[in-house]
Amino acid sequence: MSNLDKFRDETKKWLNENCPPSMRSGADPSIPIDEVWGGRNAEYKNPESKLWLDRMGEKGWTMPTVPKEYGGGGLNKEEVKILNEEMFLIGAKQPLLSFGIWMLAPVLLEYGNEAQKKEHIPKILKGEIRWCQGYSEPGSGSDLASLSTKAEDAGDHFLVNGQKVWTSYADKADWIFALVRTGAKEPKHDGISFVLIDMATKGVSTKPITLISGKSPFCETFFDNVEVPKENLIGELNAGWTIAKKLLQHERAFISNFGLAGAAAAGGGSGRDIVSIAKKHLGEENGKIKNSFYRTEIASHKIKEHAFGLTLKRAGDEGGKASATASMFKLYGTEHNKKRHELMVAASGIDGVAWDGDEFDQDDKNLTRAWLRTKGNSIEGGTSEVQLNVISKRVLNLPSQ
Amino acid sequence: MKLILTEEEQFLKDTAKNFAEERCPISHFRSLRDNNDPILWDEEIWKEMTTLGWPGILIPEEYGGSNFGITGISVILGECAKTLTPSPLFATGVLGAFSITNFGSSEQKQNYLPKIASGELTTALAIDESSHHNPANTEMAAKKDGKKFVLNGKKTFVIDGASADLLIVLARTSGNKGEMSGLTLFLIDSNDPGIEKIKLDMADSRNYANINFDNVEVDAESILGDEETGGETAENILDIGRIALASEMLGNAEAAFETTLDYLKQRKQFGVLIGSFQALQHRAAEMFCELELTKSSVLAAMKAADEGSNELQRLSSLSKTIAGETLHLVSNEAVQMHGGIGVTDEYDIGFFLKRARVAEQIFGSSKFHTERYANISGF
Repeated sequence: MSNLDKFRDETKKWLNENCPPSMRSGADPSIPIDEVWGGRNAEYKNPESKLWLDRMGEKGWTMPTVPKEYGGGGLNKEEVKILNEEMFLIGAKQPLLSFGIWMLAPVLLEYGNEAQKKEHIPKILKGEIRWCQGYSEPGSGSDLASLSTKAEDAGDHFLVNGQKVWTSYADKADWIFALVRTGAKEPKHDGISFVLIDMATKGVSTKPITLISGKSPFCETFFDNVEVPKENLIGELNAGWTIAKKLLQHERAFISNFGLAGAAAAGGGSGRDIVSIAKKHLGEENGKIKNSFYRTEIASHKIKEHAFGLTLKRAGDEGGKASATASMFKLYGTEHNKKRHELMVAASGIDGVAWDGDEFDQDDKNLTRAWLRTKGNSIEGGTSEVQLNVISKRVLNLPSQ
Repeated sequence: MKLILTEEEQFLKDTAKNFAEERCPISHFRSLRDNNDPILWDEEIWKEMTTLGWPGILIPEEYGGSNFGITGISVILGECAKTLTPSPLFATGVLGAFSITNFGSSEQKQNYLPKIASGELTTALAIDESSHHNPANTEMAAKKDGKKFVLNGKKTFVIDGASADLLIVLARTSGNKGEMSGLTLFLIDSNDPGIEKIKLDMADSRNYANINFDNVEVDAESILGDEETGGETAENILDIGRIALASEMLGNAEAAFETTLDYLKQRKQFGVLIGSFQALQHRAAEMFCELELTKSSVLAAMKAADEGSNELQRLSSLSKTIAGETLHLVSNEAVQMHGGIGVTDEYDIGFFLKRARVAEQIFGSSKFHTERYANISGF
């Protein structure tokens, strides 16, 4: 038996013994589903969510490619593929949603020193510390490098003052990775540093922002004379922009998966599949969506979705020349997701704009909120217009003015 | 299914790229058009393609081919399309070679495949009978008369129909217009009595003909595949043709896009390069994204064809739809971004626009294939 076959057998056996029943497909629908983000203050409606996180975290399989010395699974590419396949076979839930995994851990591995990697990565992978991202500021959106949150040298620590905005779940996070100005304003890219700040430090406060969807996944985060130890600086002083750009690529790759992951999840009967929504609200005739105008539009959309999925697959098969294409995926994935939601809302008719109350199905009301939420997809992590600029300049090498 | 080219496929692609650039730059196509060439491709170029083994790529080794697969021949066509290289490779090397290799009797294979591989025999597939592709609408009658069949009717828009030696003809042996059943495919010598070829003058200056059949007699040995199930066989042949054509259209679109990008980096107005204008940059970036989606769709379809995937039909319609839409967009934008010279005959970019619109119609437009995709998918 080859090593990979052996690994597959062991993995199958381990998952079988360790993945709790409610964390697999076919789980009893009366058991509540947690959105597991971990952290110091995590609460679980279902104790098996915590159990599954702990077991996977212990194996390092929440981020299986990370070396074992930092608490990861130490798996190679083929082994990760096998793990994913075996998890898919039993419909195992992802144990942990985490900005730490999606964004911070990859840059810590690349830019952090040994002590920083040993301190932070294991806690990310076990879900012990929940992270948030301090990038945008009220005056620095698309022009992120103009940021002005200041970190002054105060001997053994930095003294941080300023404000961040669009901090996802800052009110629930334990730590924040933030861009701060440690150098001159001009040239603006050269005076920025990348620091880690414990949200429990005196002077850090947060305030949720209510969105058009009625939900508040984002906060404003304020820093008022916050003391940050110097060992929390990642990389060189004033060299944070390079790290920031790298992290943005990870973020864009992650956001671009929204559209597709959403569509794939919808296949599982969550009621968010555009074809079944159209059949439900517009009727079905001989197995077809009854209204031919909607049917044509939906078919064109599904064709683009299929082609986009194949493009993600091709990028994977080519071995991740991600930097050039991350912008394209972010742009296309988010624009596609917006279009998909517009089509679902339109196909639902008046039910697609239901807000609240007992006269409407929960699915319809959820769709309205989800549709409104997608409007942020093409703004957060760099607007679509910024992505188009990046493609023009970095991929197509078109000249600057 | 891995969405990457194998080493052999990459080698074929590189060879084709060099061949097209060195032997068939766009000026080659232009001179054929300007000289009103009767067949609109060049015998010498076809001989060279034969020396490279291209007509035999879909043919088994025992019949003189190399059996390199759909992906192999499609990437070659894609590279040739970048310089608008005209040749019988699509109608003969794809449609003819695939049809006879996969559905021919052993006698038909013996008779035709070695001659196709050696470049001696060219073929054409005659399906359409009106201005829109729709195989089910075949009306041309093949009436059984003892051991013979008698064909009467008219085929339209036959690719290479003006020059091909052997015709592959879809005709109705039973049933009615609109039905895919009751159809049969025949292999017919294009010089048989009763056959009249009328060369068509199309916007893209390629070799097409309408073909009249007036009491054309063929025997039962001329049937390709099985009697009465030719509709299914034809669909299979057409799907392979659509995939190879989608690869060609991708090549057309890539070349038009590259030429346009170069122009944006050279042309100055208001004292600056026009490529520095955001209004043009964003449109170029959007085209880049569409081209990337097209590459993936075409690659997936070619690989599915080689692996005998049950997704073949869906991916064929996907690739023809996406390639058609992308080429439509890029050919329009290419002309617009070139400004005044874009609409002059002297400049090559207009050739891509003309080729685009014809190719979009061949074997089903994007609209035809969107409908087919929806039907297959259960929308």
